[in-house]
Amino acid sequence: MFDKRKLANIQEENEKWDKTTLPIWTRNHPERKSNFHTTSEIPIRRLYTPGDVGDLDYLKDSGFPGEFPFTRGLHATMYRGRLWTMRQFSGFGTAEQTNQRFKYLLKEGETGLSIAFDYPTIMGYDSDHPMSTGEVGQCGVAVSSLKDMEVLFDGIPLNRVSTSMTINGPAAMLLAMYVAIGDKQGVSRNKLNGTTQNDNLKEFFAQKLCIFPPKPALKLSTDIIEYCARHLPSWNPVSISGYHIREAGSNAVQELAFTLADGIAYVESTLERGLKVDEFAPRLSFFFASHNDFFEEIAKFRAARRIWAKVMKDRFNAQNPRSLWMRMHVQTSGCTLTAQQPVNNIMRVAFQSLAAVLGGTQSLHTNSFDEALALPCEDAVRVALRTQQLIAYESGVTDTIDPLGGSYYTEYLTNEMEDRAMRYIDRVDAMGGVASAIEKGFFQKEIADSAYKYQKEIERKQRTLVGVNDYTVERDWIPCKLLRVHPTVEEEQISKLQKMKKERDNKKVNEALDKLHNDADKERNLMPAIIEAVKAYATLGEITEVLRNVFGEYCELIVV
Amino acid sequence: MPAARKIRVLIAKPGLDSHDRGAKIVARALRDSGMEVIYTGLRQTPEQIVETTLQEDVDVVGLSILSGAHTTLFPKIMKLLKNEGIDDVLVFAGGIIPQEDIPALKRIGIKEIFGPGTPTGTLVKFVQENAKRKK
Repeated sequence: MFDKRKLANIQEENEKWDKTTLPIWTRNHPERKSNFHTTSEIPIRRLYTPGDVGDLDYLKDSGFPGEFPFTRGLHATMYRGRLWTMRQFSGFGTAEQTNQRFKYLLKEGETGLSIAFDYPTIMGYDSDHPMSTGEVGQCGVAVSSLKDMEVLFDGIPLNRVSTSMTINGPAAMLLAMYVAIGDKQGVSRNKLNGTTQNDNLKEFFAQKLCIFPPKPALKLSTDIIEYCARHLPSWNPVSISGYHIREAGSNAVQELAFTLADGIAYVESTLERGLKVDEFAPRLSFFFASHNDFFEEIAKFRAARRIWAKVMKDRFNAQNPRSLWMRMHVQTSGCTLTAQQPVNNIMRVAFQSLAAVLGGTQSLHTNSFDEALALPCEDAVRVALRTQQLIAYESGVTDTIDPLGGSYYTEYLTNEMEDRAMRYIDRVDAMGGVASAIEKGFFQKEIADSAYKYQKEIERKQRTLVGVNDYTVERDWIPCKLLRVHPTVEEEQISKLQKMKKERDNKKVNEALDKLHNDADKERNLMPAIIEAVKAYATLGEITEVLRNVFGEYCELIVV
Repeated sequence: MPAARKIRVLIAKPGLDSHDRGAKIVARALRDSGMEVIYTGLRQTPEQIVETTLQEDVDVVGLSILSGAHTTLFPKIMKLLKNEGIDDVLVFAGGIIPQEDIPALKRIGIKEIFGPGTPTGTLVKFVQENAKRKK
């Protein structure tokens, strides 16, 4: 990027500075630590200069926004045109309660919906299953059938919002319910806009909400990718997720690398179905965490786009420029929230979301300050949403594209993130791909080791957590009443479910479930049969049970 | 003199939630401090946890829940332990447990509840001081 003579000159001056100005200062003002590094162990130098990015080839490595390799942003105008989607992950209690929360958030300026389901729903159990005891509506909204989904979207026209659903094992069932609601509202299937997380691979080593063994789990993910490519052109069938990898304890490089490795696995699996890469790649989407280490996070987002564009172009020979796009959703990191002095979390979330915006995200969830203690109360979630609005409308960072592009440090870290992630991806390839790496417990071990190391650093005070291992107070203060999900939600939900089961046409339900069983046996794409089943009001649990019978259940590989 | 039997600990994840980061860190920290630790893995029913407590003959049971199901599942586990006549096992718990729930959980026999941010050293010390080592 710089002319060689000038670079040499800078280098010379830098060495001079190292011998003169620097030691004179450090003699009386020593540095705070003997070495500095990012959370991923990337050493941080005292100062970055053009010499650190001397090899950077602007056109090849940075390029222009909207052009390969997309380091500076996916779109030609970025936030000068359209801001990111403000999408708050929410759900608790009954469908009625969550419907109210959705409407509240939309009124307050949220621009997209994101559903948090309760654990029974996530695990494919109805609210009245014995395994659901005590869990119904606790950590998300309970959805056992299309009936609940109808209530959830009451008064919300699907042609006016996009909806993200954090659902994996039973993603096909929830997508089918969404399609059914769209049909009822008369919204064309071409117009259904949203995302199913549907990333079953990361479940095996990060989020660990697995229902089926790896092979059928990947088959179901691929069914959705294939079905959407053919029938739901505006739907993002999968959100390849690093968020849970990070929350389980990985560092930023591991998050980046393992997510991209999963992405490669989905592309390969869909190609095996006979689809051409450009038929489905434009709709693959990604999901990352934004953690505390500000510049490392920004570099991670920039590197992620660059690596994916290269992978799609070079490894998969994609031709459509959109196949090279890494569109991402970002959530601020839940595991950085502290139960101590919870109001401090507002600042953490602000820095993390600023990093996501400076990293060029398409969509953002900001955590609420009370979330280390409970699901967020209405006041806390409003502050979280306002944090995004402050960045968008007050800070000025949205007025130019990729404002940190060209910063010596940011570019250096972006290169480092790419190099280190690619080394991991090569290792995964050498192991025979993601499935073998999971079987060997490779990701699980890497993540558990990083989590333990991070914890030990906090306990040894090598890492300061304000309010936790330093600057503590005797009495915590929280300016809101924590949200509690009332235990009566469970009874209410069960009685509604049982009433629905009596009222529906049970003959039709059984026929639909038999058809599903048959399609699963014959290894057909299961989306059409699942859509028919949910429309007949077969429950989530009933559909999952059919598939459990055909596919078997996953047994956890425990790696401590 | 024969070496004292190591403290045996069961770290268990009842309920459906899959947040095992804390449970695994606790398991590892107790193991590193010289205890024998068995980790159940995710989604154990109260019956399974009590069964493992018996079979593994542990001195200590640590329970972790982050989903809010503790109000239902912890009392169930404590009742089953009592039914089996297990009264010499130290039970502690961790996760996202609201302050207001803690007194009731202590009344049913859970000795201590540790919230987010607890140093592992505190846990190790707690277990060492409170476990009744079986002969």
